[in-house]
Amino acid sequence: MKNKRWIVYLVFTALLMASPAMLNRYWTDVLNVVGLYVMLALSLNIILGHCGMFHMGHAAFYAVGAYTTAILNTTCNLPVLWLMPVSGLLAGLFALVIARPIIHLRGDYLLIVTIGFVEIVRIALINNVFGITGGANGIFGIDRPTVFGMKIRTPAQFFYLIWFFVAVTIFLFHKLEHSRFGRALNYIREDDVAAAGSGIDTAHYKLIAFVIGAVWAGFCGTLFAAKMTIIAPESFNFWESVLLFMIVLLGGRGSIPGVILGTFLVIGLPELFRQFATARMLVFGAVMIGMMIFRPEGILPPQPRAYRLDGSAEPEEAA
Amino acid sequence: MTLLHLEHLTKRFGGLMAVNNVSFDVPAGSIVGLIGPNGAGKTTVFNLITGNYRADNGQIVFDGRPIGSLPTHRIVALGVARTFQTIRLFQKLTALENVLAGCHCRMKSGSIAAMFQPPWQRAEEARALDKALAELRFVKLENQAMNLAENLSYGNQRLLEVARALATEPRLIILDEPAGGMNDQETARLIDTIRQIQARGVTVLLIEHDMSLVMKACEKIVVLENGAKIAEGGPREIQANPRVIEAYLGTEEE
Ligand SMILES: Nc1ncnc2c1ncn2[C@@H]1O[C@H](COP(=O)(O)OP(=O)(O)O)[C@@H](O)[C@H]1O
Ligand SMILES: [Mg+2]
Repeated sequence: MKNKRWIVYLVFTALLMASPAMLNRYWTDVLNVVGLYVMLALSLNIILGHCGMFHMGHAAFYAVGAYTTAILNTTCNLPVLWLMPVSGLLAGLFALVIARPIIHLRGDYLLIVTIGFVEIVRIALINNVFGITGGANGIFGIDRPTVFGMKIRTPAQFFYLIWFFVAVTIFLFHKLEHSRFGRALNYIREDDVAAAGSGIDTAHYKLIAFVIGAVWAGFCGTLFAAKMTIIAPESFNFWESVLLFMIVLLGGRGSIPGVILGTFLVIGLPELFRQFATARMLVFGAVMIGMMIFRPEGILPPQPRAYRLDGSAEPEEAA
Repeated sequence: MTLLHLEHLTKRFGGLMAVNNVSFDVPAGSIVGLIGPNGAGKTTVFNLITGNYRADNGQIVFDGRPIGSLPTHRIVALGVARTFQTIRLFQKLTALENVLAGCHCRMKSGSIAAMFQPPWQRAEEARALDKALAELRFVKLENQAMNLAENLSYGNQRLLEVARALATEPRLIILDEPAGGMNDQETARLIDTIRQIQARGVTVLLIEHDMSLVMKACEKIVVLENGAKIAEGGPREIQANPRVIEAYLGTEEE
């Protein structure tokens, strides 16, 4: 059972890594977009999937990251990739400030407030609040990233850059899941009264989950700005947040493979059916309703974590 | 020595006096029972002790330290663990991970340590795992470790809650109707378990409807009725107390 799953992962990874050689520029670029969304959705998965907070404003953190990179690159000429940690940090700080007063809100209340946030951020960007966001036109002329002296230009080059960061994200988040921290988020999602009663500082963990999710969305913002070289407020609208929310619910809350599959379905699949683009919403709606009824846990719900039950035993894996 | 001291504890819900000027002590190392008819305010007293509710009046002192204004997780860290009257397990998680929740407050590693897993973090995880398995063995649920909590029998779910509470390394454990939904055999086993908890040096405060359990297990009993304390004493005293008999007969007639 376990080996079979690993074979699937390996084949998938090999196919993906070879795909720029087999695909034209257009389809490689589709995979780049999917990669960005995988990383974004994995970061939302920490907040929504693991901690169970209905956060529908993730595009706000993404926007903070992208604008931080764009502004610092175009005004101070700092290299794009060096701005990644700065963008992550700023998005994280932003989350720290806005999340603190709202994390105690439950389910649908939090949903509404976070929708409000993402709209406020977008409108602030359009109105050029600090005179540095370029208003509705956004910011253009962002530099291409450079890796070891090589300028990243082609979709194939971007493919390896983006999926490298996706791989790092998967690696780190997998570890994060399998830890005291990851468990604490799950306890809070399952029952926050029982979690507090078991000694978990629920407010603290909710806040940290928000910050980690935001930091990663900030990283994604840098990659996005570098890939597009031009960013505008419309890239960070409410709909982006809805798509990410949908990916996590559809794929499987708290499941990395689920979120990756969900991204391919929600972001990649519509590209195959461009001619039906107008029916996209209809299909999404129908699929989501079907999921909620027949498979509320998502397509690939998480497996229980494995533990070595005694020194000699194989790591156990429940089905 | 007094481990837990409640003084003039009062809690109102709107116009309802759920807990009315209740004072009693829980001596260290003892098993104390809190009894009374349904709606007497027993669970509310527990929720006040663990910081789920805030008292309108009165004091809660644990080990010489007022805890009435601390958040729940800090109270747990100080050594007060609880179980819930309506079972509150993490139903979709394994029995083992439910117990690991209790280990949480005795661990340190945070999110960064989780991502990079240095040796000290892995050692801490291994210790927590050992501890959780030991607590599962203590309540004889070791063979259920990888089962989801929701798949356990009712009685076993109650025991799992006890294991989770014990994993916090408490000095006082408070059990809200631990025998609720258990059959006679399971109840007998529970009494054993409660005695073993005491033998580990943990003080026990429990709410229970099963009078035979209370009379067998408890050294001291506190009786509540309509939010107020009406009696306090050893099992014999309580059994002979006319007010207690009246309170209980009164509810049986309803
Ligand atoms: N959160 C609450 N809000 C309003 N009333 C409550 C609440 N919790 C308990 N009560 C009321 O307080 C009284 C005592 O309840 P409780 O402490 O649960 O009793 P017991 O555990 O002794 O059966 C009951 O009348 C109950 O309805
Ligand atoms: Mg009760």
